[in-house]
Amino acid sequence: MPKAILYDATLCIACLECERGCAKQNKLPYDDAVSAEKLISAHKYTYIAVQPGEKYMRRSCMHCQDPTCVSACPVGALQKTKTGAVTYDESKCMGCRYCMLACPFGVPKYEWTKVLPGVRKCILCNDRVAAGLQTACAEACPTGATFFGERDDLLAEARKRIRESRGAYINHIYGENEVGGTTVLMLSSIPFEKFGLPRLGTQALPNLTGNIIEHIPDVATVGLALLGGIWWITNRRDIVAAAEKKEEE
Amino acid sequence: MRLPFKITFWKALFVLIMIAGLYSTYVRFFKGLGAATNLSDQFPWGLWVGFDCLCGIMLAAGGFTLMATVHVFNLEKFKSVARPALVTAFFGYLLEIAAVMFDLGRPYRIWHPLVMWNPRSPMFIVGWCVMLYTAIMAVEFAPTVFERLRMEKPLKIIRAIQAPLVILGVIVSVVHQSALGMFYVLVPNKLHPLWYTSLLPVLFFISSVAAGIAMTIFESTMSSRHFNHSLEKPIVVALGRVLTIALIVYGVVRIQDLFRHGAWRYAISTSYEATMFWVEMALTLIIPITLLCFRRVREQPLALYGVSILTVSGFIVNRLNVAVTGMEWSVGARYVPKWMEVSVTLMMISIGIVLFTYAVKYLPIFHHEKPVTA
Repeated sequence: MPKAILYDATLCIACLECERGCAKQNKLPYDDAVSAEKLISAHKYTYIAVQPGEKYMRRSCMHCQDPTCVSACPVGALQKTKTGAVTYDESKCMGCRYCMLACPFGVPKYEWTKVLPGVRKCILCNDRVAAGLQTACAEACPTGATFFGERDDLLAEARKRIRESRGAYINHIYGENEVGGTTVLMLSSIPFEKFGLPRLGTQALPNLTGNIIEHIPDVATVGLALLGGIWWITNRRDIVAAAEKKEEE
Repeated sequence: MRLPFKITFWKALFVLIMIAGLYSTYVRFFKGLGAATNLSDQFPWGLWVGFDCLCGIMLAAGGFTLMATVHVFNLEKFKSVARPALVTAFFGYLLEIAAVMFDLGRPYRIWHPLVMWNPRSPMFIVGWCVMLYTAIMAVEFAPTVFERLRMEKPLKIIRAIQAPLVILGVIVSVVHQSALGMFYVLVPNKLHPLWYTSLLPVLFFISSVAAGIAMTIFESTMSSRHFNHSLEKPIVVALGRVLTIALIVYGVVRIQDLFRHGAWRYAISTSYEATMFWVEMALTLIIPITLLCFRRVREQPLALYGVSILTVSGFIVNRLNVAVTGMEWSVGARYVPKWMEVSVTLMMISIGIVLFTYAVKYLPIFHHEKPVTA
């Protein structure tokens, strides 16, 4: 069963324990300077975005159901696991950075200052989850704003909260259908765009290129037949012309 | 004191570019991408992808176009420009591979797509196309060397497999050119609507044919002047006719696509993107097609040379608009390449020109030796 995270922004108090827990889990530096950084980077996989009126939104990798980065990676360094995580194998990565271009959420980040860099992103605490634990951010959250569980259960829970709250939330579970659905589901009382989350359709983006790549074998066969045929005709014409010339002589 | 060689402006410029380029090479490989480039998490692909890769491959398209014209369609009269076009394409691909080595974070893993497969990835397709077509071109180019060395036997073998080889090269090229456009099909919410379309692969392919032919007119005119060989007028005129057709086809697809998407409304504005769009449109379509309407232009090699320069620069603007202008829009930041990025690109272009010059000097590229009688 695929796991998921439900982030309920109305429960978030911006204590930043998730950021701290994430840094500890991934052995990343965390101090006042890092905590003040309001963006995802190669040394910070999650952060709490703040909007006026004490409105918060946690940003991290969304772990799409059909991830654009996974389809973009030429060497399969990025993989979608059964538990729902999008993981990264640095030993395969050649550093083309197509994943960074492709990701609709702008999540994968690069170690620009290193001579031999790699891509850095949240991997949904893959080791912990495989061992039956919850993610470090969910474990660290004191209010339950970040909640870890089964995707189906969390979706039902999110729907229930929207239904029962009578207007405390906007009627939108971000991640339910975005780009074919994501592992991270989010609830908010104000529009998600205010936090820089893109307005996305329900189509999984890998289909866009997949539909084209599917046709390459057809193009190749038709091309071979067509060009081969043309060559045969033109070549034959030359041979016939040469033979006729010989006869005339 | 007399130097053993003449110092000319071009030689001095070449040396300067090489010094700057080699310094940048050192910084790139010993200090990292961050030190040598203005690339960032917001803007991961810059000049080296936008120009060296996208434009480099596009300008190499004359190779497969003319090889097909001569060896598949048997239009013998284009023979004199097919070989220079192939040489340009071959060197172009070699330099593109070199440029990729600069751009990849871990260049020594460039071979990974050979064994680590992900056929769903446009980048995987592009990687394979580059390797396959470079190998094919190496064989297509080999007769040039064998003729020079008067090695008859390998020449005969290559002649025997030439047509299938060229056909294979054409198919790989078609896939390659389109796949470069496919890179951006994956980013519908990031690329500006003036450039985003699911037809990007088709547009990249058609424009590569137009740009490749324009490049062939450009380079054969240039080299006929510098290397004192004659370039027959009918060939340039015929190439000009093919260019006209390619431009019209491109124009029809591009413009109907803009209407289909309703992207025209973005063009009617004073935004930076709209300005760049109109520069591109003027150089790729409006000015060249207007000029080509005149018979005097169509039948005058020098005028066609001018049109080809316009077209080539237009399609370079197009590729940079896709890779830079159109992507800046969603990032909300400007990307201006660092001087070190520019110097590496200039170094690649200079090496290309020098390689071509020497190839022309020492190999039968413009003057074919008598074909071996079968």
